[in-house]
Amino acid sequence: MLRSGIIAKKIGMTRLFMDDGRQVPVTVLKLDNLQVVAQRTSEKDGYTAVQLGAGAAKAKRTSKAMRGHFAAAKVEPKRKVAEFRVDPENLIGVGEEITADHYFAGQYVDVAGTSIGKGFAGAMKRHNFGGLRATHGVSISHRSHGSTGQCQDPGKVFKGKKMAGHMGAARVTTQNLEVVKTDADRGLIMVKGAVPGSKGGWVTVKDAVKKPFPENAVLPAALKSAAAQAEPAVEEKEGEA
Amino acid sequence: MDLIAQLEAEQVAALGKEIPDFKAGDTIRVGYKVTEGTRSRVQNYEGVCISRKNGAGIAGSFTVRKISFGEGVERVFPLHSTNIDSIEVVRRGRVRRSKLYYLRARRGKSARIAEDSNYKPLKGAKA
Repeated sequence: MLRSGIIAKKIGMTRLFMDDGRQVPVTVLKLDNLQVVAQRTSEKDGYTAVQLGAGAAKAKRTSKAMRGHFAAAKVEPKRKVAEFRVDPENLIGVGEEITADHYFAGQYVDVAGTSIGKGFAGAMKRHNFGGLRATHGVSISHRSHGSTGQCQDPGKVFKGKKMAGHMGAARVTTQNLEVVKTDADRGLIMVKGAVPGSKGGWVTVKDAVKKPFPENAVLPAALKSAAAQAEPAVEEKEGEA
Repeated sequence: MDLIAQLEAEQVAALGKEIPDFKAGDTIRVGYKVTEGTRSRVQNYEGVCISRKNGAGIAGSFTVRKISFGEGVERVFPLHSTNIDSIEVVRRGRVRRSKLYYLRARRGKSARIAEDSNYKPLKGAKA
């Protein structure tokens, strides 16, 4: 079962104290006006997916093309747009808003984002090389990578040789993070451990691919419209009781 | 207040721990919940608080040092840990540092801390 993921904003990290005395480090992710902007269908596009948009962008800073795209979906201009492959039966209507109840405490997710850029980094920092010795005649090159290959045969440095270079600012996925807590009222999801990227960065959250699909996952997604429908029903029941 | 600070303040309020006003140099008694098999009991750990870190927020912690069977023992407790049953101030000490790591190198007479005879409770805090 392939259902939609979400786009979230990384707010920061904190810790939670559990009743059994454990401390759990968590990253707080926030859902910000997360709406379906478009659908991809097999008839039209050859595959099925939903395009989600999150955040709020100023209309005057949104390109005319994107303004038209958002207008067609009748949603406010979005800051971040991403596509999620879904099964045909899990397509979500355009304009629907997804809530934080999409995930439940205890389930595992994969979180992808853009890691913090480290600039041009040496081999020690970038590939965990050991560097050279501190003494015994080593001069100036204590943090160098050392030899990069053999001699006249092969007479070249092999492709993919780990060397110094640009590090970070790349798309990174952290797999199998546990959802510790969700807060639908404020649109918060707390996942255990660290998540790629800096505070305020956008990340995408999906059901973990390396874990079995959770049975009690909300299909096709936890929608605001569905929650709004369920709420009066609950109140009526309470009124009768 | 940013969202993280707000969440932390809410959690501190929800945990509802009663934390006395204490600082480095004070002798304190910590009631720590210990689980042995199925039953749990409270174990007291008494010693000198030699450091407090990261304020009174959710990340706060403190270190308690005592001499146990001639061996110095230090334990770090998270201030808001759910395993802490109680914190009690036994004696107020007068010190001029916020971190008393120099006590590690001392034994016996030179490791004593003078009592703070004119301790004033913080405004609004009940001693």
